[in-house]
Amino acid sequence: MPSKAAFFDVDGTLVKTNVVHVYAYYAMNRGSVLGIAGRTLSTALSVPLFGVMDAVDRKTFNEFFYRYYAGLSEDRLVTIAEDMFEDVLQPALFEQTQDLIDQARRSGCKIVLVTGALDFTMRPLARHLGADDLIANKMQFVGGKATGKVIPPIIEGANKANAIRAYCTREGLSLDKCHGYSDSASDYAMLAVVGRPTAVNPDLRLRSIARAYNWPILDLK
Amino acid sequence: MRPFKTLQKLYDEESQVVITEKGSPPRVLFHGENFLQEDLPVGTRVIFPRPPLAGVPNVKAAIRYAINHPEGMEPLHALLKPGMRLTCVIDDISVPLPPMVTPDVRQTILEIVLELAADSGVDDVHLIIANALHRRMTEGEMKRMVGEKIFDAYYPDRYYNHDAEDPDGMVALERTSHGEEVSVNRRVAESDLIVYVNVNFVPMNGGHKSMGTGVSNYASLRHHHNPKTIRASDSYMEPKTSALYKSNERIGRNIDKHLKVFHIETALNNRMFGGPTDFLAKKEEDYTEADRLKFQAMRFALSKVPRAAARKVLNSIPAPYDVTGVYAGATEPTHQKTLETSYKQYVVPVEGQSDIVIFPIPFISPYSVNSILNPLLVQVMGLGYFYNLNRGVPLVKKGGVLILLHPAYDEFDPEHHPSYIEFFHRLLPETRDSMKLEHKYEREFAENPSYVHLYRKGNAYHGVHPFYMWYWGENGRQHVGKVIVAGAENNHVPALMGWERTDTLTEAIEEARGFMGRSASISLLRIAPTVMVDVK
Repeated sequence: MPSKAAFFDVDGTLVKTNVVHVYAYYAMNRGSVLGIAGRTLSTALSVPLFGVMDAVDRKTFNEFFYRYYAGLSEDRLVTIAEDMFEDVLQPALFEQTQDLIDQARRSGCKIVLVTGALDFTMRPLARHLGADDLIANKMQFVGGKATGKVIPPIIEGANKANAIRAYCTREGLSLDKCHGYSDSASDYAMLAVVGRPTAVNPDLRLRSIARAYNWPILDLK
Repeated sequence: MRPFKTLQKLYDEESQVVITEKGSPPRVLFHGENFLQEDLPVGTRVIFPRPPLAGVPNVKAAIRYAINHPEGMEPLHALLKPGMRLTCVIDDISVPLPPMVTPDVRQTILEIVLELAADSGVDDVHLIIANALHRRMTEGEMKRMVGEKIFDAYYPDRYYNHDAEDPDGMVALERTSHGEEVSVNRRVAESDLIVYVNVNFVPMNGGHKSMGTGVSNYASLRHHHNPKTIRASDSYMEPKTSALYKSNERIGRNIDKHLKVFHIETALNNRMFGGPTDFLAKKEEDYTEADRLKFQAMRFALSKVPRAAARKVLNSIPAPYDVTGVYAGATEPTHQKTLETSYKQYVVPVEGQSDIVIFPIPFISPYSVNSILNPLLVQVMGLGYFYNLNRGVPLVKKGGVLILLHPAYDEFDPEHHPSYIEFFHRLLPETRDSMKLEHKYEREFAENPSYVHLYRKGNAYHGVHPFYMWYWGENGRQHVGKVIVAGAENNHVPALMGWERTDTLTEAIEEARGFMGRSASISLLRIAPTVMVDVK
């Protein structure tokens, strides 16, 4: 029975993609042919806006974008998730991702993905990587249809740390022995809450934080 | 500057031991990336390295002779069979120091062995660097070590670093009679013949350590890289008195039982400095005016550039070592011959131990080539390597004082030494007790997935390596009464190490005398080049 876990952020840490790619894929794959065309156009026009919003505040971005899912059936979303994994996520996996995860498992860690993406979009990836658990946002469904709202608390920023702490308490893991991996300074809280944080392909801010706190820095390829 | 005549005191030019007199010249002493020039108290015994032995006149001929007239084995050409699987295992960049001028002797050996293999119809050949848990060598370093021709022909598919953490890359052989695990690189284990290409920089290298450590993994190394074994080793440089070597010997004999290993060992002289820096190998009594000017110019220049630049400059000066002997064949008889040549170069007999011993610490160590000599490496140089440069009896008396000359800066290379940083800042404030560190933290560091990843995919020393560095100093720590680091630029590094600090060597000697008494005897090991003492 493992007494520790390795918590991995996904976007930019294990895969090259950004959450924007995932959303764009969904946006372009819903409804009829005409609908697709319309939405592709509107998505294309929105992408710069998404990019800016994502850079400024991931939480606002998530909330804004989740509204695009309103009205879609759960089955449909799950089906698209499988395609999206094959088309977007799998090709974007870093070559060394699996090695890192395997090593974490060999060292006795449970493997947990922690992501601000929606859980159904990440399940195929978690399965592919052999993750034990997935901490992700959950879409609210009413009568089998997505409402476009996410069940709070939204997993991002400081809430990732809260979710990790709660997970460790629930699973009887020692937070102090747990590892955390992320690429972004927005995940500072998640990295700070575990005993063994590591910056992976860090952005400038996280790189300087990692240097200051003597956290290891991995350049995953 | 003193008048030239007063510097030319009469002394025994043949002896490597000089007793300081009133008119003795100041000593030129390594102090990290620069030098100190210090007058020593009258009566201080200064132990100099021996002059370089003459190299063999023709290295290629010496290699050919050795592989055709091996010790305890058939000649190499008789062992090579068409279609066989051959692996050449090569010592890594940790030896020699600094890296030697090209062509590196490993290149010369490989050129001969690979040509012979090709002539014998052996095509399945791999070259593996025996880096054990050391960092992977970079592409540039690998190319420099074997030359462009071999590099282009073998890299990267057939010339690569050993990976002790490759889950499919290791094979466990039977345990030794003492229960030690024996693991070796899979390609090595599955080869019909292994040719080990060694550079014997100090007597600790070579012999059973080559295979027993070089292509092994943590599971096997932890049986001898531990505080208990280190405490039972009187000197790492004398196999007879080293529990560390004995464990390697048991492991190595097991390997020899299962695998056919043909060792090619080379001994080097101690011509560490050439060209503009050759004066560093001289006694100060022998300095010419030009030498003194060169020294002052070098010292001035090094003091005016940032430390990183000084480090770069010093690291870029290769050593013009000569090969003094090439021996080949079975592990033990080959290594015996190498040791004899090695001792002939390094050992200086001295009468009795000293109360106070001074070790100048240079800019380089086996673990900081093209990198930073961080505080843990300063520790390993002083209390590990230099303390052990003897044949079973240390130069410093039990309870005596060691004075290390180094700035003891708090600098680490995050690319090469990431786990050292955590060890230094998280573990040392808690404890300096090797046993406790081993028990409580060693496995955690060894298995930390981030450190394993950095070792396997980056150029980092293995997560467990800082522990080995700390254990390496265990004998010294247990033996001496006090360590003073002279010229330390801060308080916290010496404090974390459990050392005292002074601004100058003079103050350090005063403090050491206060501890050991006014009549305390003092010795200076005037290193580098390499020198070993045989204390009578």
